[in-house]
Amino acid sequence: MPEPPIAVAMSGGVDSSTVAALLARQGRSVVGLTMQLWNQRRLPGLSVEGAAGRCCSLDDVYDARRVAEQIGIPYYVVNFEREFEQRVIRPFVAEYLAGRTPIPCTLCNNYIKFDRFLEMADSVGAHQVATGHYARIRFDAAARRWQLLRGVDHSKDQTYFLFGLTQEQLARTLFPLGELAKPAVRELARSMNLPVAAKDDSQEICFVPNGDYAAFMDAYLKESGSAPQATHGEIVTTSGRTLGEHEGVHHFTVGQRRGLGVATGEPLYVISTNPTTQRVTVGGNDELLRPRFHAREVNWVSAAGLDAPLRAQVKIRNKHAAAPAILRPTGDPARVEVVFEAPQRAVTPGQAAVFYDGELVLGGGWIE
Amino acid sequence: MFYFDHNATTPVAPEVLETLAACLGKVYGNASSIHHFGQAAKQRMEAARRQLASLIGCQLQSLVFASGGTEAANMAVLGAVRAAPGGGRHAIVSAMEHPAVLGPCRQLEREGVAVTRLRVSPDGLVDPEDVRRALRSETVLVSVMHANNEVGTIQPIAEIARIARAAGATMHADGVQALGKIPVDVEALGVDLYSMSAHKLYAPKGVGALYIRKGTAIAPIAYGGHHERDRRPGTENVPGIVAFGAAAELAARDLAAETERLAGLRDRLENAVLERISRSGVNGLRGRRTPNTANLHFDGIDGEALVIALDLGGFAVSTGAACSSGAIEPSHVLVAMGLPAERARASVRISLGRSNTEEQVDALVEALANAVARLRRIAGNA
Repeated sequence: MPEPPIAVAMSGGVDSSTVAALLARQGRSVVGLTMQLWNQRRLPGLSVEGAAGRCCSLDDVYDARRVAEQIGIPYYVVNFEREFEQRVIRPFVAEYLAGRTPIPCTLCNNYIKFDRFLEMADSVGAHQVATGHYARIRFDAAARRWQLLRGVDHSKDQTYFLFGLTQEQLARTLFPLGELAKPAVRELARSMNLPVAAKDDSQEICFVPNGDYAAFMDAYLKESGSAPQATHGEIVTTSGRTLGEHEGVHHFTVGQRRGLGVATGEPLYVISTNPTTQRVTVGGNDELLRPRFHAREVNWVSAAGLDAPLRAQVKIRNKHAAAPAILRPTGDPARVEVVFEAPQRAVTPGQAAVFYDGELVLGGGWIE
Repeated sequence: MFYFDHNATTPVAPEVLETLAACLGKVYGNASSIHHFGQAAKQRMEAARRQLASLIGCQLQSLVFASGGTEAANMAVLGAVRAAPGGGRHAIVSAMEHPAVLGPCRQLEREGVAVTRLRVSPDGLVDPEDVRRALRSETVLVSVMHANNEVGTIQPIAEIARIARAAGATMHADGVQALGKIPVDVEALGVDLYSMSAHKLYAPKGVGALYIRKGTAIAPIAYGGHHERDRRPGTENVPGIVAFGAAAELAARDLAAETERLAGLRDRLENAVLERISRSGVNGLRGRRTPNTANLHFDGIDGEALVIALDLGGFAVSTGAACSSGAIEPSHVLVAMGLPAERARASVRISLGRSNTEEQVDALVEALANAVARLRRIAGNA
């Protein structure tokens, strides 16, 4: 019986290409799979040609295929468009309409890349999967638990998007780039003559061209014929003064400063949005500070759970430097109260709160 | 590796390869040139035209060579509608046509032509009465495929052609999947236009042909030269056409014996699958189809995963038509036949050909049984 292959999720970018090439070079049996997640030509009117965000383009598939051919591994494109729309796009749109700021990448990791993809790996006889994520996995023999750690390149660390991984998923996953810095990965890609060595990094929200999520929302809602009735409301200050009008709360996110379309003396930021009244409340920077919040649907990763208050560092958006806080249990094991040592700016409902102990990802949940 | 995807394409037959190689090496003249080199090329091309004309029972002048089945179908669909007085306002096609027909139809719609897409029965057949009901006074084209690429069903073309032509519409049949697999007689079929592709019958890619009944008007879709009696401009692919001719002759010679052999293999395959694998079935009619095609469903599995698993195990089969990126969409043919989406996604196509043997078919059945069992176990519904 030959060694079962490792299924590598190949996006056509430099990271996953390097993973496939590294494993193949080590003599492992590798199958390359590209997940077709979204049809970029589906929503007419969205400028796609030359756009920065561009998942699943024909160019990416071409690149991945070329890499697979060069390193001599079997390669296939698998179509998960149906699952992606159901598990990622629709919740993404619904969250925005509900006045929250969602993270589609986490949903994609939870339900597509480490769920549907694992199932596909099983189907083709692969026991393990490997991706180009910057994160590390380690087995803690004492606790008999798989641990998730930040990638050593903190500027590329992707654990913020991976807090939803289960023990079963971690047990079968390889992150070969977790120990490497991005420049080293590019250097490796160059040394192996991979044609994608100099390719630009991909964007965070792959299906939204140029990061213009509001334009994506409008186009998607128009296509599905489900545009909300009221997408028009007032912009008011925290003291109740009306400053102007807007075209729908889904165009705003907490902490946003630009694009408010109102001019006042001091800088104004979005403090909150209300989908029911379609009211956007703005205020000064200080008004964005919050000392505490609750996280729901908490998934414990390196830690098994929370019995007593625990000191941790908590990251409330991807670019946030994790801030010292106390995690407090609530009656509900899947709900945690986070109390910061110092109030944090723009605690945004819908974003993830990920709990760290240094390098270790303890767990994480969704900001209420 | 065993190849079971002959409806996608076929390997070039050794006899055809010999002819092709000889022609590629020696016959390099431009068939339009006056000199001996040109004349030699022209002669070889006309010999091939005779071979193909003989296979489908038509006059030599009625055959136009093209770059493949897709170009031939585009010439037929776009050409017939655009040549109609006033530009044509209505066309009728079946919902299970190949994209080579559906694509130009979508373009015609953008140009203001109405297109009716006929439903097909769960057996995979078009009802000629549906054609009659869909006809309008301004209908200029009826296009129905002779044999389907995915399930192999053979449409009642003669009956449909009678109805279409009686109403004054031009009748096109996409014969790409029929040629070389079943007898084709364009006179008996009564069609005005019949498109064909060389690489489905053991000749190389890049060559096709369109039969145009004498007196049928079609507007050109490309401009630039007087080749093929002003019907298809461009220097002819002489080696490819010569190979097409050789393949046509081979098909004529072997058709009866190969039909019987392939039908036997296919029945062996289907019977073994139905007996050994639970919750499996044949999509479409088991009679009245091309002898080499089996479209099977295995409820509870993902056809895409099955194709990949079999490929890794050394067996090449396919699901529905692949899209440009290589990813697989649910088959529009199976959906048109009324299969639930889940079952359409749980289906694969196995298309047999000259090289396949009983031993290969038995090995495939074994691999199918194992892969389906594993996939069902993974999906948790064994």
